[in-house]
Amino acid sequence: MIFVTIRPRLSPKVRLRFDRRTGHYLLLYPETGLELNGTATAIARLCTGEWTIDEMVDHLTRSYVDASPGEIRRAVREFLGVLADRGLLQGVT
Amino acid sequence: MNNEYRPYTLIAELTYRCPLHCLYCSNPSDLAEHGNEIDADTWIQVFREAEELGVVQLNLTGGEPLLRDDLELLIEGARKFDLYTNLITSGIPLTSERLSRLRALGLDSVQISIQSTRRSVSDRLAGMPSFSRKLDVMRWATSLGLPLTLNIVLHRENISEIEEVIALAERVSADRLELANTQYLGWALKNRDALLPARQQIEQARTVAAEANARLRGQMEVLFVTPDYYTDRPKSCMEGWGRRFIVVNPEGLALPCHLAHTIPGLQFEHVTQRRLSDIWRHSTGFNKFRGEAWLSDPCRTCERRALDFGGCRCQAFHLMGDAGMPDPACSLAPGHHVIESARTHAGRTVGIPVLFEHRAGRGHSSR
Repeated sequence: MIFVTIRPRLSPKVRLRFDRRTGHYLLLYPETGLELNGTATAIARLCTGEWTIDEMVDHLTRSYVDASPGEIRRAVREFLGVLADRGLLQGVT
Repeated sequence: MNNEYRPYTLIAELTYRCPLHCLYCSNPSDLAEHGNEIDADTWIQVFREAEELGVVQLNLTGGEPLLRDDLELLIEGARKFDLYTNLITSGIPLTSERLSRLRALGLDSVQISIQSTRRSVSDRLAGMPSFSRKLDVMRWATSLGLPLTLNIVLHRENISEIEEVIALAERVSADRLELANTQYLGWALKNRDALLPARQQIEQARTVAAEANARLRGQMEVLFVTPDYYTDRPKSCMEGWGRRFIVVNPEGLALPCHLAHTIPGLQFEHVTQRRLSDIWRHSTGFNKFRGEAWLSDPCRTCERRALDFGGCRCQAFHLMGDAGMPDPACSLAPGHHVIESARTHAGRTVGIPVLFEHRAGRGHSSR
């Protein structure tokens, strides 16, 4: 079982890079990467070590008026889980 | 050309030269016939053109890429195009100062291969004393904050060490562990009878690897690549011919995979003679096995054709004599008996010492 620390931070091994071919962002790490949708990109940008998960949800709820806080919270947890499983978050215990 | 054919990764084979002489080396076994290496300016032009085509990952490999004196220039150049740069190396020859310099210039990650966890076996398989230095290099990499992949090519003689390999990877704080079974092409095909593990060895190793992967989730990825001799379905070789990868070899030949030019009758072109984007889109070699028109039975109507693209073209050629045939690794392929007989042989001969044919001499440098 993986727990995410209160203030997630992207591991220094990842690089967020705009992909001008698709207009999406890519999260690159050794020899591979993830193509992010808009929500995932917004979440990844908040993984600076400064935002708690609750603060992330509040912030994103204000930006995405058509999604409920519950939906946003689920999206955040799910995506942070994806990152943690791949070892892409720092401070994961 | 749409996103169906978009390269994400450029595999830059900087040299065929290598201080090691691994007997499972998948480099072409006619090394002596190869000519000059392309220079740094040409490589940087290749990086630029590759990035324009969509490439975001760069693997600097060889041979041994550290033998290029201008590796610094190449890494610095790749950084300008925002490529994620992976150095695939044996770790020989390297100093901590040079690795630190490469890191500062923009190197993103390092993959180091070992031949065995046992010093004497590793040194013998590599053809020279190298194991201690590899451990040093791993420590330098992690202390510089470079993500580290530990790679070991598995075969009959070292597959039983898998638990020790995992323990070593944990000890050196690797981010990824690639337990890659030998690909039986090039030198490895010549030595197949000596290298191919028996089914039981593969299954034990796979179980141990799966357990470690679950236990280490989030900390270290443990990747076990089952040899296609035991999967009954072909691998999705290079994720499809001319689809996701471009290989540029030391002489500047652009290829869909690093052995594609061993298939006779295919035309490939040099990056010094044509723009990479034109080669990617228009060269007959890159287009030869794209799409589905070239597929023969039973691939033509198989529901898995969009997953495995008919398997490995080089394997079809080297085992069946025809690169257009289904990969014999597939149990549905007409040539599958070739794979079955190699497996049967492996099952019968485990434990019997076999003579190896070693990759001869030092790899050739530019002359």
